[in-house]
Amino acid sequence: MSSQAVKIAIVVAALAAVLLVVPNTNSFVMLLTTRALAFAILVMSVDILLGYTGLASLGQAAYLAVGAYATAILATKYHIGLGWDFWLVLLFGMLVGAALAALFGLFAIRATGVYFLMITLALGQCVWGLAYRWNSLTGGDNGINLRERPKFGPIDLANENTFFFLVFAVFCVSLVMMYTLVRSPFGRSLAGIRERELRMKILGYNTWLHKYIAFIIAGAFGGLSGVLWAHTAGIVSPVNVELPTSVDALLMAVLGGSGTLVGGVIGTFIVFFLREYLSTVVPWWQYVLGVVYVATILYLPTGLMGIPERLRQWRAKSGNPQSRKLAPAAS
Amino acid sequence: MNLNFWVIQAFNGISYGALLFLVGSGLSLIFGVMRIVNLSHGSYFLLGGYVALSVIWTTDSWLLAIPVAALAIALVGLVMERVFLRPLGFDPLRQVLLTVGFAFLFQQAALDIWTGNNFDINPPAALSKSIAIGGIYFPLYRVFMIVTAAAIGLALWLAMEKTRLGAQVRATVDDAEMARGVGIDTSRISMMIFSLGAFLAALGGVIGGAFLGIYPGLDFEMLPIAFAVVIIGGMGSLGGAAIGALLVGLADNFGKALFPEISYFTLYAPMALILAIKPTGLFGRE
Repeated sequence: MSSQAVKIAIVVAALAAVLLVVPNTNSFVMLLTTRALAFAILVMSVDILLGYTGLASLGQAAYLAVGAYATAILATKYHIGLGWDFWLVLLFGMLVGAALAALFGLFAIRATGVYFLMITLALGQCVWGLAYRWNSLTGGDNGINLRERPKFGPIDLANENTFFFLVFAVFCVSLVMMYTLVRSPFGRSLAGIRERELRMKILGYNTWLHKYIAFIIAGAFGGLSGVLWAHTAGIVSPVNVELPTSVDALLMAVLGGSGTLVGGVIGTFIVFFLREYLSTVVPWWQYVLGVVYVATILYLPTGLMGIPERLRQWRAKSGNPQSRKLAPAAS
Repeated sequence: MNLNFWVIQAFNGISYGALLFLVGSGLSLIFGVMRIVNLSHGSYFLLGGYVALSVIWTTDSWLLAIPVAALAIALVGLVMERVFLRPLGFDPLRQVLLTVGFAFLFQQAALDIWTGNNFDINPPAALSKSIAIGGIYFPLYRVFMIVTAAAIGLALWLAMEKTRLGAQVRATVDDAEMARGVGIDTSRISMMIFSLGAFLAALGGVIGGAFLGIYPGLDFEMLPIAFAVVIIGGMGSLGGAAIGALLVGLADNFGKALFPEISYFTLYAPMALILAIKPTGLFGRE
């Protein structure tokens, strides 16, 4: 088995474990897992930009928000998306996210480095401003309450158990789709842009278009995550578009390890469980979170997924003289 | 909508702009000198307000609260720059994430020390009056804000343009590598500018606390507005920060008064547009 196949096997096993264990735990764990899975799609979309294209976005919450607001507005005002047409809303959420990214990308993609950070921040704040102030459409500060979840005939998603399976399934499909994307030739050229954009330009790649498309795809998954988030949380409010939400998504991707997709998922789970669980145990939980972030950035820039590689390097460095003496034929 | 409306809104916009100048000028200088996007700048603003509150509670002196709070936060900035940011090296993403990690830590610390209640910083009675000019009442406190910001702006400008140290700072903004090459200690410049930025933000927090209030979450409310100021004005330029602050202050006030439903949009959309067309801002140096 190649090392990539081993990694895939580990991920599949982990997902299977989640699927088997979580429904048998208490409702608190299940609720948290559902939330984390919905949010993890957004974090993976951040990772497509950050880890595979080298663009750090500080406004990714905007795409979650448009997906979530679209879902909530359709459901409460027009009663759309509460039956089988939920799947259409899911698609629509992706489309809205992609459309917004297509618009924002026109402004943002030209910029690089710090300027990309700031322009995505500004664009995210535009959406926040609308969500916060456009009372007649978004409910302003109070947001929109979603009282119902979709029903497919006898299957009622109001049941947390059933809903968990739905989110889990959508999450797995997203993971597979994004994984296919980053392993595709397109994904490879994105990585090339991340490493050295000028070289890719000289090789004849239209790097602007590559980045633009990656940006749109990330926006689409952001919208998808928003649709799930709206039904998971039951409320959509400007909090979902705030700068800290975008920052959270970025930090989760870095904490897990950018450029790995799965790392972002791990980061999401760690943060969600630290935040929700720790806050019930100790009042100073946010210190732990802050220290985790700061320590990751200072000492573990490659994130948690980078630990095995660092261990290997460390062992190779410190163990080298010994291994040469003891096992010269090992390599 | 008569003349009075326009005069009052313009006055409010200008005085809000004065406050924004205090927050934005520091952020702008920090970016110009160090190329750091400092996401804990909003925290400095809020912490400045909180420290001032504590000083007022213990000594009952508003005048004393201003320098104490500003210096205390300048010290926080100094330590942050020396201990954490400097060793990090130049990597925009890591710098941004580090400052945001600190913003979260500060948020929790503020919650622990000063609880989650809303507070107001009450200025002395002498400043709480209004003066009437031509039948319109102007709150004296807002006049004080404008005067303070103008004085500080002038002092900063003189320091930047007329002193040797200011010339070194400008050289570092223009080309840090060359500045190092001609023997300017850019590390020391960075340290000073970073704590100066924290100082100014905290000053803004104390002064702004009188009419914005001091409450948890103000840090992340102030931060994007400060960025709007910096981006519109141009990063690393003092004059740009002044004009950016004025524009944002006016846009914010008139936006809220004239088209409340899209008021924040009218603030941030121009910011995104300017960034897309001229990333260095209206008055930024290339």
